Amino acid sequence: MSSSTKTSLAGAAAAAPAPNRRVRRLSGRDKLVLAVMVAIPTLIQLVLVWIPTLLSIGLSFTRWNGLDLADIKPAGTANYQYVAQDYPPFWPAVQHNILWLVFLAVIATPLGLLLAVLLDQKIKGSKIYQSIFFTPVMLSLALIGIIWQLFYNRDSGLLNFLLGTAGKPNAVDWFGDAGVNIWAALFAATWRHAGYVMILYLAGLKGVDPSLREAAAIDGATATQTFFRVVFPAMRPINIVIIVITLIESLRAFDIVYVINRGTNGLELISALVIQNLVGEGQVIGVGSALAVILLVISLVPITWYLARTFKKGVAE
Amino acid sequence: MSAPAITRLDTGHAEPVGRKGKRHYGTHIFLTVMAVIWLIPLLWTLFTALRPKADTDKYGYFSFQGSFGFENFIQAWNQGGFSRYFWNSVLITVPAVVLTLFFASLMAFAVSRFSWKFNITLLIMFTAGNLLPPQVLAAPLFEMFKHFNLPYALSDSGNLLNTYVSVIAVDTAFQIGFCTFVLSNYMKALSSDLTEAALVDGAGVWTQFWSIILPLCRPALAAMATLEVIFIYNDFFWPLLFIQSGDRLPVTTAINNLQGNFLSNYNLIAAGAMLTAIPTLVIYVLLQRHFVAGLTLGSSKG
Repeated sequence: MSSSTKTSLAGAAAAAPAPNRRVRRLSGRDKLVLAVMVAIPTLIQLVLVWIPTLLSIGLSFTRWNGLDLADIKPAGTANYQYVAQDYPPFWPAVQHNILWLVFLAVIATPLGLLLAVLLDQKIKGSKIYQSIFFTPVMLSLALIGIIWQLFYNRDSGLLNFLLGTAGKPNAVDWFGDAGVNIWAALFAATWRHAGYVMILYLAGLKGVDPSLREAAAIDGATATQTFFRVVFPAMRPINIVIIVITLIESLRAFDIVYVINRGTNGLELISALVIQNLVGEGQVIGVGSALAVILLVISLVPITWYLARTFKKGVAE
Repeated sequence: MSAPAITRLDTGHAEPVGRKGKRHYGTHIFLTVMAVIWLIPLLWTLFTALRPKADTDKYGYFSFQGSFGFENFIQAWNQGGFSRYFWNSVLITVPAVVLTLFFASLMAFAVSRFSWKFNITLLIMFTAGNLLPPQVLAAPLFEMFKHFNLPYALSDSGNLLNTYVSVIAVDTAFQIGFCTFVLSNYMKALSSDLTEAALVDGAGVWTQFWSIILPLCRPALAAMATLEVIFIYNDFFWPLLFIQSGDRLPVTTAINNLQGNFLSNYNLIAAGAMLTAIPTLVIYVLLQRHFVAGLTLGSSKG
């Protein structure tokens, strides 16, 4: 039975969902049991996820230092005006989030797809390659920040040694120099993201009906044509998941930059600015919350798109 | 017999005839280059960790001269207080994973095996919750916990901050959404005859859940458990936000302080980094199948 877990990807997509019969013949006790089963997780979810989300929105229109609840003062849209007009790191952070997204979408995700396509062929050592590319996915992003710091270090890092600049005045401090550190961080993020994408696409490729490829081959399609015209479109469900993961990951990016320098000096991201305003000397909950709401609104675009696609089918069935 | 969702994929992917004759020299060169690039940061960290500080000072970081050994690991373990941090990770990860799977399977059962007015709405809400960036909830959760007064006998901060409970609760709440989504898809694919028969025999809802559906979900639960252990062990953010005492941090968040503690002794930092990676790498080696299954289950629908 355990060998079956591997198959779930195509299995779940292929198996027709069992029709949900109307609730019937449920005793009062059964209804009570069901109500409790639903109520407890829903309560947890409401209290620790959705009510805080609403509170974030509320707090973003107030001025508060985080101490006494009685000190919360309404502030209208002042926090948003401040963020957009007078808060220097905001627009760089927006640019960096966009750059993060574009880099993952244009470099890391296609690289993962390429690796998956190459490894999906029957080539020698495919499993070993897969294990190597997948290893970074097991590591925390904080740890990845530290590992790459050792690699990028100005005087003791391997990269500057390979470039022949270690110990010389022209050595680049890859994580310290505000001009290059975002790129260095993106490279480290790619190291993890590509392996993640690869493993999902490998599963997706296995789920593509082999007769599709055979039909394309009989029709005289080249390997490239077969892939782009037949195989890739057939993986539509996976493609959607990958798009969502790429979008969400670039909005959630936080740990790596926080480990490097807490998201300052060239590594500003919206998520890091939220936290900088919540901790530290002058707590400015209102400004932090305004930034959080901006992050929320942007995130809701891919989330809504994904949920609409996923559950539209579910409801129809 | 018992795992209906599963049979089909095994037949998938018969290699088209004629492909195996091909050589793949170009592919191998590319993959080898990429694999080397992929391994370099890890190998460099391991290499640095294995060399004594005295030798790197003498011969430089880029040298094979000098001795190799595990002294840095021992020193990092003792000086960095790793036993404490690993124990904290266990205290957070184990309850959070158990609670997540338990609550998620309750919810998944109720939304997937029965049709009622808001079951899809709630499932959408659960799934969406898991996709939010955690920073969106940071301020209100922090303030809620700060203003949730507890007797000092229970918490030395007088509130929920600086407690394991705060991290466990939020980790659980955040992960329930994902697990509910995956498990409900899995349960939906189980034939309704299974529970219909039990219903006729007079089995209650709880018996259907606990004795029929849940045992059939064992593969999905194993995959989810593996995945969640890694996710929660690797979580950096919530402990960073809620826990102020350094000695209560789980290891993933604590390594951020290593650089201060080990004062640019890169050999020790590297050893500490490798120590942190060991549990996940062990799980990877032993349970790779479950981990990958979990990831792909998560992307199975839509």
